[in-house]
Amino acid sequence: MSSESVAIGRPGAPAAQRVEPPHAHAGTRESASGAVARRWGLRTLALGYLLLLLGAPVGMIFYRTFEHGLAPVWEAVTQPNAVHAFWLSVELVAIVVPLNTVFGISIALLIERGRFRGRALLGLLLDLPFAISPVVVGLALVLVYGRTGWFGDWLTSHGIQVIFSIPGMVLATAFVSLPFVARETIPVLHELGTDAEQAAATLGASAWQTFRRVTLPAIRWGVVYGVVLTTARALGEFGAVSIVSGRLEGQTQTLPLYVQDRFENFDTTGAYAAAVVLALLAFATLLGMNLLARRTQRDTVV
Amino acid sequence: MAIEVHNATKHFGSFTALDDVSVTVQDGALMALLGPSGSGKSTLLRIIAGLETLDTGRVEIGGEDQTDAPTRTRGVGFVFQHYAPFKHMTVYDNVAFGLTVRKTPKQDVRERVHELLGLVRLDGLAKRYPSQLSGGQLQRMALARALAPQPKVLLLDEPFGALDVQVRGELREWLRRLHEEIHVTTIFVTHDQEEAMDVAGQIVVMNAGKVEQTGSPRELYEHPNNEFVMSFIGPVNRLGDALLRPHDIQILSGAGDHYADAVEALVRRVVHLGFEVRVELTLPDGRDVWAQVTRETAHELELHEGQILAARLPAPRVFA
Repeated sequence: MSSESVAIGRPGAPAAQRVEPPHAHAGTRESASGAVARRWGLRTLALGYLLLLLGAPVGMIFYRTFEHGLAPVWEAVTQPNAVHAFWLSVELVAIVVPLNTVFGISIALLIERGRFRGRALLGLLLDLPFAISPVVVGLALVLVYGRTGWFGDWLTSHGIQVIFSIPGMVLATAFVSLPFVARETIPVLHELGTDAEQAAATLGASAWQTFRRVTLPAIRWGVVYGVVLTTARALGEFGAVSIVSGRLEGQTQTLPLYVQDRFENFDTTGAYAAAVVLALLAFATLLGMNLLARRTQRDTVV
Repeated sequence: MAIEVHNATKHFGSFTALDDVSVTVQDGALMALLGPSGSGKSTLLRIIAGLETLDTGRVEIGGEDQTDAPTRTRGVGFVFQHYAPFKHMTVYDNVAFGLTVRKTPKQDVRERVHELLGLVRLDGLAKRYPSQLSGGQLQRMALARALAPQPKVLLLDEPFGALDVQVRGELREWLRRLHEEIHVTTIFVTHDQEEAMDVAGQIVVMNAGKVEQTGSPRELYEHPNNEFVMSFIGPVNRLGDALLRPHDIQILSGAGDHYADAVEALVRRVVHLGFEVRVELTLPDGRDVWAQVTRETAHELELHEGQILAARLPAPRVFA
C-alpha cells in the first residue's frame, strides 16, 4: 500500500518545486538543516543515556571478568556452588515461566473477554506485584508459609517445607513476575476484538478449538514478549527470593544470590564471572524468543 | 430450513433492542431485515445465530427449538459486517476452517474448498492471505467460509455496507443468483431500502425494536401500513399529517387556474440527476414539496427556476 502512495506522490513533487519562488527554497533548506540537527541531537542524547546507564557498567563487568584471561573465569564458574546456583536458577525459570504464561493468558482472557462484575478489581490486583517491593513479598510469604505463619503448623505436620526451600522460591519468583504475560496480552486481545472468535463459533469450533486456532495465533506476539519479560524478571529476582530462600550455599542459592555472596566475600572474579553468566542467560532468552517469534511470523504472514 | 422467532425481547441495560418481535422466514426464502440503525435488526440476526441470548422469547430453526443452544451447534452460516477473516490463515484455510474443526477427511476438505472457491470466483487466490484481498474478495471469502459446513441457514450482517458503490451493485446481483443456485434460507440485514428491494423477496421493516411491516417489496411500497414504512421505503413529501410520493405529483404546463384539480406552483429549483429530474416547488399556501419527473417531461415543460405552473397533487395518504 505504501509503495502505491509513493508512486502517486512522486509525479506531483517536481512540479510543485518548479512553481515555488526562490526564497521559499532557502526557507525549506534552513528548516531542513534544523531538522538534521534536531535528529542528531536526539540520537546523541539517547545513545549517551544508554551508554552511561547500560553500556558502561555492563562493559566494565565483561572487561573485569576477562581481564586475566579465560582460565580463572572457567575455574570460577565451575565451582560446585556456582554450578548449583546456575541450575537452580534455570530450574526456577523452567517452573515459573510456563506457570505464569498459562496463568497470564487465562487472566488476560478473563479480564478482556469475561462478563462479570469486578473485572476492574482483578486488573488492579494483577498490578500488585509491580507495586509491592520484592522484599515485602518475601516477608509476606514468610508470614503465611513460614513455621510460625498461618499455614505453618499444618505444613509442618504434613512434612512440607515451603520457606527456605524450592516451593517458597517458586512462589516468590512467580509472584514478582506474575503480571508480565497478562499485561502484554490484554491490549492485543482488546485490539483483536471478538468478531473472529464469534465467526469460529458459528463455524462449529469449540471454545478450545477457537482459542487454539484463532485467538492464540493472533495474540502470540504479546505472549512472546510477555514470556521474555517474565523470564528476565524470574532470572534476575533477588529481593523476595533472598528472604524466602534463607540463602543456603549449595542448596537454595540462586545465581543472583551467588553473585551477591561472592561479592561480599571479596571474590570479585567469582562475582563477575557469575554475573556474566547471568547476563548471557538473559541475552540468550531474548535472542531465542526473538528467533521463535520471527519464525512464526514467517510461517503466517507472507 | 424455516426460521421462526417468537416474542423476542432483548434489553441492553436500559436500552430495549427488541420489543416482543415475532418473525417467520419460509424455508428457502431470501429475506431482508430493513431498518435504521438502532432498530434492532442486527440484534435479531445475532439472536438467531446465538451470538446474543434472549431475555424472553423463542428461536426455532427447521422446527427445532434452538433458544438455548450454543452458536456452534445451531448450523448457521454467518457473514459479519467486516467479514471477520482469520488474518493469520490463507484463504484456503479460512474456507476450510468449518470443515477441519469437524475432523473432515483431508480429501473431502480439499474438494469442498475448491468447489466453494469456484462458486465465489476466488479460484486462483487460495494461497493468499486476507490482507492481500480487496473488500469484495474478502466478502466472497467470508461467504464461502460460512457456506463450507453446509449451514441450515445463512445470515448476513450488512453484507455490502463496507464496499464501494460499484462493487456493491455487482455483489447484490451475484448474491441473488447464488441464492437461486443453492436455495439455503437466507436473512440479510441492511439499512438501505433500495438494496433490500433489489435483493430480497420478502422484507421485514423494523423500527425502535419492533416489526413495522412484513411483505414483498411491492406490497410495502404500494400499501405501507404506517407513516414510518411509507417514509422509509421510498421518498415522500410531508404536508402536515399527509404523505405523498414525489413521482405522484403531476406537473402541467400553464398556470394553476387552467385546471380545476390543480394548484399553482412556483419552481424554486431544478436538479438534473440523469434520467430523473427533481423539481422543488412552492405551493400557494407557502408549503414546499418536491416532484420527481423524467428528463423528457422536464424538457417538454422547459422547467426553470422562477417558473409558475400547475401541479396536480394525488390524494395524500394519512395514517392515524
